[in-house]
Amino acid sequence: MYSASDLRKGLKVQIDGEPYIIIEFDFSKPGKGQALYRTKMRNMITGNQFTQTYRSNDKFEKPDLEERTMQFLYSQDDEFHFMDTSSYEQIFLTREQLGDNINFLMDNMEVQVLFFGGERPIDITLPIFVNLAVTRADPWVKGDTSGTDTKPVTVETGYKLQVPPFVEEGDKIQIDTRSGDYMTRVKE
Amino acid sequence: MLSAKGLQQRSSLLQAVRNFFLSRSYLEVDTPVRLPVLIPEAEIIPIQSEDWFLQTSPELCMKRLLARGCSQLFQICHCFRRGERGRLHQEEFTMLEWYRTGWSYVELMAECEEMIRAVALQSAAGEDTGEGISVLWAGKEISLASPWQRMTVEDAFHRYGGVSAAEAADRGMFDEILVESVEPKLGWQRPVFLYDYPISLASLARPKKENPEVAERFELYIGGVELANGFSELTDAALQRQRFSREIDREEKRKANPVMPEKFLQALADLPDCAGIALGLDRLLMIVVGAQTIAEVLPFCEGDL
Repeated sequence: MYSASDLRKGLKVQIDGEPYIIIEFDFSKPGKGQALYRTKMRNMITGNQFTQTYRSNDKFEKPDLEERTMQFLYSQDDEFHFMDTSSYEQIFLTREQLGDNINFLMDNMEVQVLFFGGERPIDITLPIFVNLAVTRADPWVKGDTSGTDTKPVTVETGYKLQVPPFVEEGDKIQIDTRSGDYMTRVKE
Repeated sequence: MLSAKGLQQRSSLLQAVRNFFLSRSYLEVDTPVRLPVLIPEAEIIPIQSEDWFLQTSPELCMKRLLARGCSQLFQICHCFRRGERGRLHQEEFTMLEWYRTGWSYVELMAECEEMIRAVALQSAAGEDTGEGISVLWAGKEISLASPWQRMTVEDAFHRYGGVSAAEAADRGMFDEILVESVEPKLGWQRPVFLYDYPISLASLARPKKENPEVAERFELYIGGVELANGFSELTDAALQRQRFSREIDREEKRKANPVMPEKFLQALADLPDCAGIALGLDRLLMIVVGAQTIAEVLPFCEGDL
């Protein structure tokens, strides 16, 4: 169990049987008054957010969350299939559950899959850096844009991003999956 | 953690506070930080030190000195409150507390105003724009020019919370409404004093003669930040004992063995009419230098140690 004084940004708690993550947190207390723990929570399954103020005597269950290393196998329609690398068990997550992660997901990539209540996959964590091949890059024309020294390219997953002018079609580039930004060109 | 410049600003502020009070014939005192018994306050949790406690406020000792015949006292000290951590809170923080006999909360509000103006000017962080001193805080220029606004708690709750303060207190919603609807609106043009609190929320303050439903208590706000809390002090020992009993009943659920401060209650018989105020000095420094978190104005905060 957590008590209200354990609450902080990033903590995961269980409310009404569902896992929530605290995305904003503020402690307030009038000098002579009660401690108030003001939170903004995101439901880790539905993504719904709500704000709620808690008091010192409020208690919270710890959600049963577990991460397992799994390999991305293939996608079919809106289902993305993964396999446990030790037990070979297969599961899938939907396109909606994966959100922007699908921009960086490649066949055979190893990711961390988050399970709630032992069996229910709810989210994945990608490696921080991934290397993807550029499938489309237009030649850069100096003075083309409003003074920015970047140009748009498309990588093999279909994701589009801004890169320096020297990046060409067929190059492999490293991308930070947290921000979606170009990091560097990778020599093979 | 403070830079050399930050330490300089903090030092200037402490110096300016001392200058202000010494020039007005106040006596500086330093009472014990570690005490065997504290004021029973249900919402303030102390940190234990063996069988004793670190002070949550210097109020007990300072009032006992007033009862011994001192008439004007001030103290700058560290206070400790368990579990208070946030943008405006640290478990260990710096309190400025002062008392004056023969005064009520009305005179004390006026002196608090003069003190902060003097300190902002002398610590050379506030700017005198010709129309008086102002501070830049959270992107807003807040004028410290006289007169500061005074608003009753009842007015503030009606205006910003859409409810009566007395009703909010009865329903146990006073703190929520204060924090969420009222405080964020207070003191953005000029500092504002909220005054006359529902009697149930002022354990150590004197009831107002003309309206015993409220107590002669005030709080100062600048830029939405609660800076100070003052009262016309309650000197009726029997009534004080009653109120402490109520706090102890509420406390018992959460704390081990809350105790009645008997020596303090004895001293209360000799306490003359007086007024006292406690001001969060770290928060005043935040306002004066434009810092957004209390950690930015401390030589060390918890995480640095």
